[in-house]
Amino acid sequence: MKSGKFWAWLVFALGAAYFFIPLIATVEFSMRMRRGEYSFDAYKVVLGDARFQATFGYSVLAAVFTIILGVLIVVPAAYWIRLRLPQLRPIVEFITLLPLVIPAIVIVFGYIRMYGSNSPLPFLATDTGTTALLVIGYATLALPYMYRAVDTGLRTIDVRTLTEAAQILGAGWGTIITRVILPNVLIAVLSGAFLTFAIVIGEFTMASLLNRPAFGPYLQNIGANRAYEPAALAIIAFAITWGCMSLIQILSRFAPRSANRPN
Amino acid sequence: MRLPTQWLGVAPFFIFAIMFLILPTLYLMLGAFQNDAGEFTLENIAALAQPSIVAAYWISIKISLASSLIGAFAGLAIAIAIVRGGLPDWIRSATLTFSGVASNFAGVPLAFAFLATLGRLGLATVILNTVFGLNIYAHGFNILSFWGLTLTYVYFQIPLMVVIIVPAIDGLKKEWGEAAATLGATMSQYWRMVVIPVIWPSFLGTVILLFANAFGAIATAYALTGSSLNIVPILLYAQIRGDVLHNAHLGYAIAFGMIVITGLANVFYIWFRTRSERWLK
Repeated sequence: MKSGKFWAWLVFALGAAYFFIPLIATVEFSMRMRRGEYSFDAYKVVLGDARFQATFGYSVLAAVFTIILGVLIVVPAAYWIRLRLPQLRPIVEFITLLPLVIPAIVIVFGYIRMYGSNSPLPFLATDTGTTALLVIGYATLALPYMYRAVDTGLRTIDVRTLTEAAQILGAGWGTIITRVILPNVLIAVLSGAFLTFAIVIGEFTMASLLNRPAFGPYLQNIGANRAYEPAALAIIAFAITWGCMSLIQILSRFAPRSANRPN
Repeated sequence: MRLPTQWLGVAPFFIFAIMFLILPTLYLMLGAFQNDAGEFTLENIAALAQPSIVAAYWISIKISLASSLIGAFAGLAIAIAIVRGGLPDWIRSATLTFSGVASNFAGVPLAFAFLATLGRLGLATVILNTVFGLNIYAHGFNILSFWGLTLTYVYFQIPLMVVIIVPAIDGLKKEWGEAAATLGATMSQYWRMVVIPVIWPSFLGTVILLFANAFGAIATAYALTGSSLNIVPILLYAQIRGDVLHNAHLGYAIAFGMIVITGLANVFYIWFRTRSERWLK
């Protein structure tokens, strides 16, 4: 058992080295901008860059709309499948897994060919339409995570009883979903939302191929043209991802373990 | 009257999935079998056999395979170490948290991090050179190469493996170890005859998931190497942007090839998954 512990420590230490060295190196590199001393100049340059602010703002907004779209699509479907159409579950689960099978670049390629200016649905003819298509594309990327998060949330509440109780009290479907179901799965929805945010904020492929002024293409552009700023941006991006994941962890502590007690 | 209300809740989901997931993919897949006049043809698929495209597929497959295998074994080792290695509890939870972050830390920023580490002026490169006298670039290493990209991909592959495989290892019941010990099994017999057969399907399934994960990725590779490393997603990216192959339908065929490869990978994944669930209930 003693040697087992030694090996465990060794494996852990090697893993920790592999994962921390790039982070340390990136921090170090990002502070090298001023000759001969460490400084936060690269961060100042990046944060002060008008294009950083514009593209970051654009991507945050795109992420917010992606989350709203994802919730609007996923919550009613997941709820309805639990309540009335359990036979559709395998089909819906299969569809939500498709974005993991079909690479993002293929999905966006399909959009470009199908929704061009000359098509019946010319999303790409206008700027707003193209942005809408980007948000839609992001929602498909987020679909697997959003669906699983919401479905897990619904599993912990007694959907049928809550629905019937609300109906007895005279609530309509809109009221039931927005005022009974949604508040109960809010934590699950928020977890899905933060994961979506982490995925979407620096996304490159779709934004670049749709020519959107988003954060991902901006990052790529800086990477191709600057020396120290990319390292600073990598640290900022890591911090954002870390923030999203921490929020999910904190939220999960508030999630109900199981309200679905079998009598 | 009954049918519409019955389907109303799931209608937005299905309309969305058909319009923005299934139809665009089908469109490309059909386009791969059509010529400019819209007639059926196998020419586009046959044209995939040209050396530059075959080379692109081959290097993509090699990188995906190498990064998924390295990521899988390293991830498994770490998972076993933190679950069964008798390490303090906080290490387990810290590793899992970090894995959640690192598995989502991909794309362009990851490329930046590795350039800062193993690029020509990166910290690791410089320290290896000045402290250990080892100039890795003089020895043929280049971050803009097969191994450079593989090493970078491993950064999100290992944590993904950890996140997925830890529950499987947790699922190993304590009783099985005790039963094996009661029957006089040695530690190595217990591992060989109990642990590995039980973990094997979910391990293989995850390897395949990692493979598909790496195969479709483009942002990291593009930010790291520009278009100097000719992997399939980068080839397709260039084709979408500027029709570099001078044949629109050949682009469809490349996309079709990608779907076939990741699709096959996922068929195996689902197959292994159902096998592993038998044990890990």
